[in-house]
Amino acid sequence: MLSYIIRRLLSAIPTLFVIITIAFLMMKAAPGGPFDRERQLPPEIEANILKAYNLDKPVHEQYLSYLKNILQGDFGPSYKYLDFTVTDLILTGFPVSLELGLYAIGLAVFFGVTAGTLAALRQNSGFDYMIMGFAMTGIAVPNFVMAPLLTLVFGVYLSVLPVAGWGSGALSHKILPVIALALPQIAYIARLTRGSMVETLHANFIRTARAKGLREKIVVVRHALRGGLLPVVSYLGPATAAVVTGSVVIESIFDIPGIGRYFVNGALNRDYPVVMGVVVFYAILIILLNLVVDLLYSILDPRVKAE
Amino acid sequence: MTETGYKDTTRDQLTDTDAAGIRGRSLWHDARRRLLNNKAAVTSMVILGIIILMAVCAPMLSTWTYDDPDWGYDFPGPPSMEHKHWFGTDGNGRDLFVRTLYGARVSLLVGILATTVSLIIGVTYGAVSGFIGGRTDNFMMRIVDVMYSLPFMFFVILLMVFFGRNIFLIFIALGAVEWLTMARIVRGQTLSVKKKEFIEAAHAVGVSNIVIIFRHIIPNVLGPVIVYMTLTIPQVILTESFLSFLGLGVQEPMTSWGVLISEGARQMESAPWLLVFPAVFLAVTLFCFNFIGDGLRDALDPRDR
Amino acid sequence: MTTPLRKTVTRLCMFITAIVLAGMVLAALPAFAGGTLRVANMGEPASLDPHKLSGTWENYIVGDMFVGLITEDPSAMPVPGVAKSWDVSGDGKTYTFNLRQSTWSDGTPLTAKDFVFSMRRILIPETAAEYASLLYIIQGAEAVNTGKAAPETLGVKALGDHTLEIILTGPAPYFLELLTHYTAYPVPRHIIKKHGKAWTKPENMVVNGPFKPTEWIPNTHVKLIKNNKYYDAGSVALDNLVFFTQEDRAAVQKRFRAGEIDVVKDFASDQIDWLRKNMPEETHIAPYMGVYYYAINSSRKPFTDKRIRLALSMAINREAIVDRVLKTGELAAYSFVPPGVAFYDTPAQVAWKDMPYGQRVKKAKALLKEAGYGPDNPLKFTLRYNTSENHKRVAVAVASMWKAVGVKAELFNLEVKAHYADLKQANFEVARAAWIADYNDAQNFLYLLETRTGPNNYGQYSNPEFDRLMLEAEQTPDLAKRAELMHAAEAIAMDDQPVIPIYHYVSKNLVAKNVVGFVDNPKDINRWRYISLK
Repeated sequence: MLSYIIRRLLSAIPTLFVIITIAFLMMKAAPGGPFDRERQLPPEIEANILKAYNLDKPVHEQYLSYLKNILQGDFGPSYKYLDFTVTDLILTGFPVSLELGLYAIGLAVFFGVTAGTLAALRQNSGFDYMIMGFAMTGIAVPNFVMAPLLTLVFGVYLSVLPVAGWGSGALSHKILPVIALALPQIAYIARLTRGSMVETLHANFIRTARAKGLREKIVVVRHALRGGLLPVVSYLGPATAAVVTGSVVIESIFDIPGIGRYFVNGALNRDYPVVMGVVVFYAILIILLNLVVDLLYSILDPRVKAE
Repeated sequence: MTETGYKDTTRDQLTDTDAAGIRGRSLWHDARRRLLNNKAAVTSMVILGIIILMAVCAPMLSTWTYDDPDWGYDFPGPPSMEHKHWFGTDGNGRDLFVRTLYGARVSLLVGILATTVSLIIGVTYGAVSGFIGGRTDNFMMRIVDVMYSLPFMFFVILLMVFFGRNIFLIFIALGAVEWLTMARIVRGQTLSVKKKEFIEAAHAVGVSNIVIIFRHIIPNVLGPVIVYMTLTIPQVILTESFLSFLGLGVQEPMTSWGVLISEGARQMESAPWLLVFPAVFLAVTLFCFNFIGDGLRDALDPRDR
Repeated sequence: MTTPLRKTVTRLCMFITAIVLAGMVLAALPAFAGGTLRVANMGEPASLDPHKLSGTWENYIVGDMFVGLITEDPSAMPVPGVAKSWDVSGDGKTYTFNLRQSTWSDGTPLTAKDFVFSMRRILIPETAAEYASLLYIIQGAEAVNTGKAAPETLGVKALGDHTLEIILTGPAPYFLELLTHYTAYPVPRHIIKKHGKAWTKPENMVVNGPFKPTEWIPNTHVKLIKNNKYYDAGSVALDNLVFFTQEDRAAVQKRFRAGEIDVVKDFASDQIDWLRKNMPEETHIAPYMGVYYYAINSSRKPFTDKRIRLALSMAINREAIVDRVLKTGELAAYSFVPPGVAFYDTPAQVAWKDMPYGQRVKKAKALLKEAGYGPDNPLKFTLRYNTSENHKRVAVAVASMWKAVGVKAELFNLEVKAHYADLKQANFEVARAAWIADYNDAQNFLYLLETRTGPNNYGQYSNPEFDRLMLEAEQTPDLAKRAELMHAAEAIAMDDQPVIPIYHYVSKNLVAKNVVGFVDNPKDINRWRYISLK
């Protein structure tokens, strides 16, 4: 097991290298630069700026110097947030996104798995339809509709929670964003759980367990959930990486200083160092979480060996 | 936990390999019969059929066009029988009923085709990776990691630069990201399924790997696949509106449900009809896909026969 | 068997209810003490260093942190700032300023040398200031900025601790107003030398204006506190200023309604009906010095043909666009320069302005026919715009008007960087563009159509007569004569119609009822030092 983890971590190095290289080239090939805007810069001023940011060199030189810098832990300055480096931005934004994301994933796993399991146990009952109806609504209503709706109801009409703002991290400012982040995830996980639990509960080994007279709770929790959770676990790897790195929609509606916005706005602004910074950061998370998922497989289903 | 709860399609086929074709046909025949007995699925298919028919016949259902403003009515105007704007008009005075139906064309096409693309790639890739295992699996999954991490927006922008604007690029762009999670789910299931006795048995009698993957592995992982597929449809329909933002998706004056909903969301209080009608269409469609998906899953489950 | 699970669910529901209740209590507590103005700035500042800025939203923040030689009054008209008084030479090229006794917020005296340092700093290539070209009217500025001359050659000299001389390349009647711009603010020489790039961190920053920064969390807010060392601190009413940087206009509007924000610097046009009905007193709309236009690529066939450009322009019913589509009081534009610009009478409008729309449509069809286009051979091209709800609505309306005269315009939206990258390379046929004035002068609009302007003249319009008139105006000290020359130039451009002006902008603000001293003005600049709360 340990040697497997070490091998996987070692293989992360070439993976990261490939990601950085492709992302860098894609970014440079895209039309438009960080300083193209409604007001075009006079050529001489543009030249000053390109020189100041080392953008006047050929792409391969920029690439090499970028690699050299990140090896020294320097992700460069932002072109949009001139007073901050990329490292500053990620280090101040990530704790915020991580906190909200973990709450949301926690809620989503708890409610999603519970609701999905209960629905599966009473397949095709009114309860099942109700739960799945809720879940489908959660999926059909996108977060750019759900989030403004929440702020309108709780912030404006009922005035019980702040509409938006971070308020230096006060709890009241986190409730609505966490709910908005969690709702679609709850729905996804409930659907996935129900789907595979329905199958697992029909399986022979569950019939056997029941026939042996084991308590239903033990049958469900010890036996059925183990197999039933596999697809959920597969989904959770990338989903967790996505949720803890924030969401541009949620951040812009609730005015949250997370890092989700950098994925979209960084690209829209052609803020190259920010784009590369979040790509590297996200890649590391994806690699680690997919490793965790692969390890979980062998725990949930002992026949699967981590190899 | 030695008992297998898995769909043992092998047993039948091993005993009667020559008759596999006939056997297969009767399997599908059976599945169809059971799908048609599922009331929720049948109702959904009828409703979906009606929506598709309305989308196709959109120009015949109303006197309004999808791109000309009605200068005689409000911009935007609430639903009005008197002015024959059943769903109201948008900020440019265009009839929302007609636009919702035109939007259905793009959204249904995107929903079905992009999901199919992601399904085919994801299932094949995941099953192959999980089944072969070892170094190949490791390598194939690292490619998935790379794909997950690449900035999607630049991918879209570059697609446009190199190929221009084209409706097929939307399917490629969406399919290209949506297959990743599908592949990981299928691979996870495959790792578990391939250790079952019936797969070992198939190996033992010399069934080729390709046959094992497509005959035995994939049918046994279809459950989560169908569920995840019904989750992918809304995702691609809504992501399409983001592609429009970048310039790749549908362009005005044509529209899609994703675009209509994201516009409507901005005016949910001042002009709620702009959000409600397209959202209801989308929701109804998703419910239909969902019930059809569940029906399909049950119908294809050999144990329930 | 489900009972334990159900219990857990019940418990969790109770827990969540408790959190929500706790949130209600917290939300009910006042967030800020009195004397704090909360402004929705509608944009994240790129920097707090005035030399590194390029946006209007940044001006709302740094404009109350620094005060230049000249500053703005409540309606954004130029008034003496650090300069008490000044003399102008007969040829209008040499300005001598007498500076008042004042200090930086750390007590260090502010002298003419600080201004010399600041003007050199913004111009040297190493600073890479995006807006440096605004100061090119100062002698030697362009040479310094392009690295062709040493910073010492710049025409800005300290004649004493409190006397500053600035020499210009030509008489520029807008120069005093230009000095209110952030490019001309003084920056603290001693602090920049000490901290380098980190001088803009709130803990290091030293200012000479009414407020100084205390906290900046990127992507949420910038907080400023009153600077008691400001030379006119006695008349500043507010204790604190908070700028929220959130850009989502729908969300910001809700925060305003919920009382979380006092002033909102922009709102979405599509909300206007709702706002007029529900918050008429808080909704402020005023003419704004900017033009929204479609640039035509006059270097590309068939748009080289003036008749086609004219037909496209005449077929647009601007009144319908501003009254029916936008509805926020924008002015239908028949000239490039907006009305009400200083030293410039009524702008030169297109000749067919008063022609009834029906007749214009007929004329447009006739022009297209003359140019060889008709029902069997319709004119087809792409209309580009950068992604935005408003641009889309205008483009859709225009395309349907063009459709009525038999022109098929395909709409093509792109995100903003790709859009302007294409415009820069003149890779378009017809494209949406806009210009917001940096200073209140017709030249700031008309120079966009000069051949020498380069990339900002998107359509590559080039008319030697237009260029000649503009060049002559630049060297004319007499204001009336200068206005006449520019007027003649604009008339030529309107006749050629290389750009299709669509509307002149308005500023759109939401101002809470308890905010006193907010004056709508054509520059949409409201200095917070003049504002108080009831």
